[in-house]
Amino acid sequence: MIEVRAVTKNYQDKRAVDDLSFDIQPGQVTGFLGPNGSGKSTTMRMIMGLDAPDSGSIRINGEPYRNLPLPLREVGALLEAKAIHPGRSAFNHLWYLARSNDISRSRVSEVLDLVGLEDVGNKRAGTFSLGMGQRLGIAAALLGDPAVLLFDEPVNGLDPEGILWVRNLLRGLAAEGRTVFVSSHLMSEMALTADHLVVIGRGKLISTGTVADFIAKSSGQFVRVRSTQPDELNALIAEHGGHVAKEDDGAFAVKDMKASAIGELAGHAGIFLHELSPQAASLEEAFMELTRDSVEYHGSAVDTVLASHINPLEESRKQ
Amino acid sequence: MTTATSTARPAALHHYRVSSVMGAEWIKMRSVRSTLWTLFTMVVITFGVAIIAGAVIPGQWHTFTAEQHATFDPTRISLEGLLFGQLVIGVLGVMVMSAEYGTGTIRATLAAIPNRPLIVATKAAVFAIVATVAGQVLSFGAFFITQLLLRSPASHATLAQPGVLRAVVGGGLIIPVLGLFAMGLASIIRHTAGAITAYVGTLLVLPLTIDALPSSISQPILKCLPLQIGDKMTTVVNAHQSGSSLSPWVGFGLLCVYALAALVIGAGLMVRRDA
Repeated sequence: MIEVRAVTKNYQDKRAVDDLSFDIQPGQVTGFLGPNGSGKSTTMRMIMGLDAPDSGSIRINGEPYRNLPLPLREVGALLEAKAIHPGRSAFNHLWYLARSNDISRSRVSEVLDLVGLEDVGNKRAGTFSLGMGQRLGIAAALLGDPAVLLFDEPVNGLDPEGILWVRNLLRGLAAEGRTVFVSSHLMSEMALTADHLVVIGRGKLISTGTVADFIAKSSGQFVRVRSTQPDELNALIAEHGGHVAKEDDGAFAVKDMKASAIGELAGHAGIFLHELSPQAASLEEAFMELTRDSVEYHGSAVDTVLASHINPLEESRKQ
Repeated sequence: MTTATSTARPAALHHYRVSSVMGAEWIKMRSVRSTLWTLFTMVVITFGVAIIAGAVIPGQWHTFTAEQHATFDPTRISLEGLLFGQLVIGVLGVMVMSAEYGTGTIRATLAAIPNRPLIVATKAAVFAIVATVAGQVLSFGAFFITQLLLRSPASHATLAQPGVLRAVVGGGLIIPVLGLFAMGLASIIRHTAGAITAYVGTLLVLPLTIDALPSSISQPILKCLPLQIGDKMTTVVNAHQSGSSLSPWVGFGLLCVYALAALVIGAGLMVRRDA
């Protein structure tokens, strides 16, 4: 359980986090979404007691981080990839952390096994790939078998097999009753991993709720309609409160009206339908919709900025 | 993987212990190659200087003036190489602290132990133990090497002579104190290159600069700087020539104050600053 209450943080004259409040519940994966520079990492660092909020409070299991008796046994975190001395072996990196919190040496070997680094435990971390560094960071997070876990962009640098592994790991940890809080800019990844979402933009809370709620809340849902008498049907739809827009391929996108209602209208009027398909906005689209006004770094066109939030797989699927 | 299904805090969880944090700092220190290489470099250079001094001086004895013969200080000569030791231990003191910031491991460290002054204190304690052992090995080693090599006509020193034991033990003790001072600088500056520059500047460049001033101004300052304090500590012959320098242990005490001040300021800043 993580409780964030009215937290505000400024860096010089720039407001990084603005009156942010939310709870992260145990037993589920909570995704932390926001455009680049929206304050996700800052928030995670404040939860870990690394950065101090200017105002507001954060509690983990009811206590501020600094009061935790043996922090690693309660909270595990992957805050940045490869925050590891390049000259130190993976084993020694974990061993010093374990030693400080009275965690056994055998547990170090155990987590190395768990993340698949057992064969390179004695290799210097400087020789590790980004993906291996990420796995070592995850091993460090799991070291104290904590009930609360934070992961900042855990799939960065991982190959598809690694991404699948992280996804299953996160879901497994949540299934064991742990609190799992994961930031990511890969929206489609969060759709597969998270149960719950906290969405922020420019340091402010935009939305919180289940993944399904999040998509439903956005205005991205519509029904694609194609018919033999489009003009007549469009007039009928407009009469009954729907909004029609022409699609590139000649079909019409109807908003604010259910597919069943459109079908009945057409049936009563004797209009033949060639297509009647409800379109759910993807998490990407819902995210862009919600954060459109709060993207921190605008390019010359907003679309170029938003494009960076689109998973490459999602891109190719659309084409 | 063992499971912890409860989100509640285990009842019997004790607080982290100083001994455990020191253990962790020791693992950190011994698990990077730079520590071993730095200590090895210290030994090679300091002993190297001691060997050269002991081997060359007897052959050159006849070229010395009568005054040089009278003021010849075999203890001090044997410990000349400690100046390199002072330089190198400073680099190690800086690295032990600044590497945490340079690599980002400071965040892992502070996540494990949120008590920041405790991190500075345990790091300093572990470093002090290592550097004290290293300092004594260096000073006693260098002393015995040179004295063994110094043969007639050059005189040599023994530990039983007045002031000699103080010079050897004290010369070795300067090492950890300067290292701690450097560590304090690194905890303030948090940057390897910057902290090493500040340390070398204080140890070597500052005395050179101040020396250019009129001696009525420069002498009171110079006697309080680490270079002259170290020099005073290892000097046996003519050690009490004038009132313009601090006695060896007063100087040493002042050096301890510098180191402590740097570490306390560093720890205070660490508490206030974001990691």
